[in-house]
Amino acid sequence: MTQEQLLTLINSAIAFGTVIMLGAVGEILIEKAGNLNLGIPGVMYLGGIGGMIAAFYYELGGGSSPVTGMLLSFLCSIVFAALGGLIYAFLTITLRANQNVTGLTLTIFGGGVANFFGASLNTLAGGVGQISVPVTSSAYRAYTSLGYLGTIGRVLFAHGFMAYLAIVLAVVMRYFLNRTRAGLNLRAVGENPGTADAAGISVTKYKYLAIISGSAIAGLGGLFYTMDYIKGTWANDGTIEGLGWLAVALVIFATWKPVSAIWGSYLFGFVYWAYLYIPGLSRRTLELFKMLPYVITLIVLIIVSLRKKRENQPPASLGLSYFREER
Amino acid sequence: MSTVERSGHEPFIRMSKRGEMLPAGKAWGIRVLGFFLSLVVSGVVIIAISGLNPAAVFATMATGAFGSAKTSWVTIRDAMTLLCIAVGLAPAFKMRFWNIGAEGQILVGGIATAACMIYLKALPAPLLMLVMILASMIAGGLWGFFPGLFKARWNTNETLFTLMMNYIAIQLTSFFVATWENPYGSNSVGIINMQKKQGWLPNLFSQGYNGDYGWNVVIVLLVTLVMYLYMNHSKHGYEIAVIGDSENTARYAGIRVNRAYVRTIVLSGAICGLAGFVAVSGASHTISTSTAGGRGFTAIIVAWLAQFNSVVMIIFSFLLVVLQKGAQAIASAYNLSQEVSQIMTGIILFFLLGSEFFVNYTIHFRGKKVAS
Repeated sequence: MTQEQLLTLINSAIAFGTVIMLGAVGEILIEKAGNLNLGIPGVMYLGGIGGMIAAFYYELGGGSSPVTGMLLSFLCSIVFAALGGLIYAFLTITLRANQNVTGLTLTIFGGGVANFFGASLNTLAGGVGQISVPVTSSAYRAYTSLGYLGTIGRVLFAHGFMAYLAIVLAVVMRYFLNRTRAGLNLRAVGENPGTADAAGISVTKYKYLAIISGSAIAGLGGLFYTMDYIKGTWANDGTIEGLGWLAVALVIFATWKPVSAIWGSYLFGFVYWAYLYIPGLSRRTLELFKMLPYVITLIVLIIVSLRKKRENQPPASLGLSYFREER
Repeated sequence: MSTVERSGHEPFIRMSKRGEMLPAGKAWGIRVLGFFLSLVVSGVVIIAISGLNPAAVFATMATGAFGSAKTSWVTIRDAMTLLCIAVGLAPAFKMRFWNIGAEGQILVGGIATAACMIYLKALPAPLLMLVMILASMIAGGLWGFFPGLFKARWNTNETLFTLMMNYIAIQLTSFFVATWENPYGSNSVGIINMQKKQGWLPNLFSQGYNGDYGWNVVIVLLVTLVMYLYMNHSKHGYEIAVIGDSENTARYAGIRVNRAYVRTIVLSGAICGLAGFVAVSGASHTISTSTAGGRGFTAIIVAWLAQFNSVVMIIFSFLLVVLQKGAQAIASAYNLSQEVSQIMTGIILFFLLGSEFFVNYTIHFRGKKVAS
């Protein structure tokens, strides 16, 4: 492998990793509050299409400022994903619906909304063909002149701002969960809501806030995918759903630690793209090679359950609804 | 739950578990009400998006699902496949084993079926059919065996395990699609045994193939019936119910919980594998990564909302498939995207999930006396 190829591989691994890192960091926050949200793929879809809709109508109306388009789409993406999270939160917390079933429904719904608008935005607006938002996308993909600086520059600085935002969010999430009072309370809610309730922590409030903000963060993964990864276009090929499930897998891989999700996501990206650079792979064996991220996750899942180390376990009440009068 | 009036602190609205179960009629009344509300909401959404006349929309939907004998058969066929998956998932879910790996189990069942069609086409037709059924069930059962074993032995999280197994199955499917591709370079298997139709499930009511899907109905309804008997009138079925209610109780009662876990999930996977057979031999006659097409997830919702009741599962399977076909008809008639059907499915399921709350809980407003 030449140096040039290695560079390309590392950069595609980082871009790929950023998508699932954002999804995983959002899901970690939600799972720490005791909710297993299988709606993450749907939420990422909603985040992606939310940003796309805002950018599309901004550019359709003649908007030409990349920064304005970026801000609008960023905001709209967060609102869409948070609304998806709100539906899930209302059903699972207030109405105590089953979390897994509600999450799967959110994935169906989010995928439906996103792919519907992705395919019909142009028709609805009276145009034809593929949608594309080059102006807004350019703001997401811009990087500083340091990005042209030799090998190091091209690895460290040649990414859109969201690649760095994802790392910052992961680090902040670690600080929040492990070093703040609110984070401690949140973890208490996820481990044992009954005890947390008795200690005067509002279980409902913490769960709602965690799910809504976690969904907003996960939705940014979808936004990064549409605006940066596929350069401001839309494809109804189900990729976001696959990436969303990988984000759920990454949470296990990182054993619920946001900072481990950083290197874990890059590793997933590396393994995902490595097949391009392995000589002698036929089209058939290539497909087997693409199994690797999932097989690795499976092995980690098994090892974690075999070793039973306390700090690597999922939150104790993950997946259960809480009702004060039912204890 | 206390009935003491604390007027100063009483919240405006509070909820409590119903003292006794609602009568079945009333409970279903609530669910049906929820369903109609969801139709209203999704109707409003469709009209808001497309500006169409609702009556015309619903008429188009009906034509889409039952417009001709052919479309009706396709609707029935797809409902049966969905039902088969839901029936397979029900025992696992009743035991609180979250098998979300039906997608993968369907795919490996489909791969096994396709492999038999390709490599064993020289066998006499009835024997080939039998081999295909067995192979698909073994493949699906194997796909369920691993998560079941690890869950029983080391309490490995089965939701995440089965989820990963889905993706391994998808890649395996891609591998076999590349192996069997026809014509070369098309990256699809094409229709298998197009000429002599070996391994195709024949018509039940007439000669030939694809005229009706009677055999699909017979196979799936038979599985549903056997499963109903197994769940409600066998020792195994009873064990599943006890474990689902409380694992500790089951252990105390001397049920071998670990063995029941593995046995049930293998059975669950085997029936999902059979659904793969029905989808490949009885419908598409090809295999691709979209053979399962999300139905493994939809079926979970069917089984859960029906509370694992066989008759209700039949109704829900039809309901969802009719809605999907209808929504697809709207999409093509009014030049909208097909995904409108997913949006509708999502809205309806949200409402049905929400209505379960009103079946199990009551709401008290401030100031109202609590009836004793």
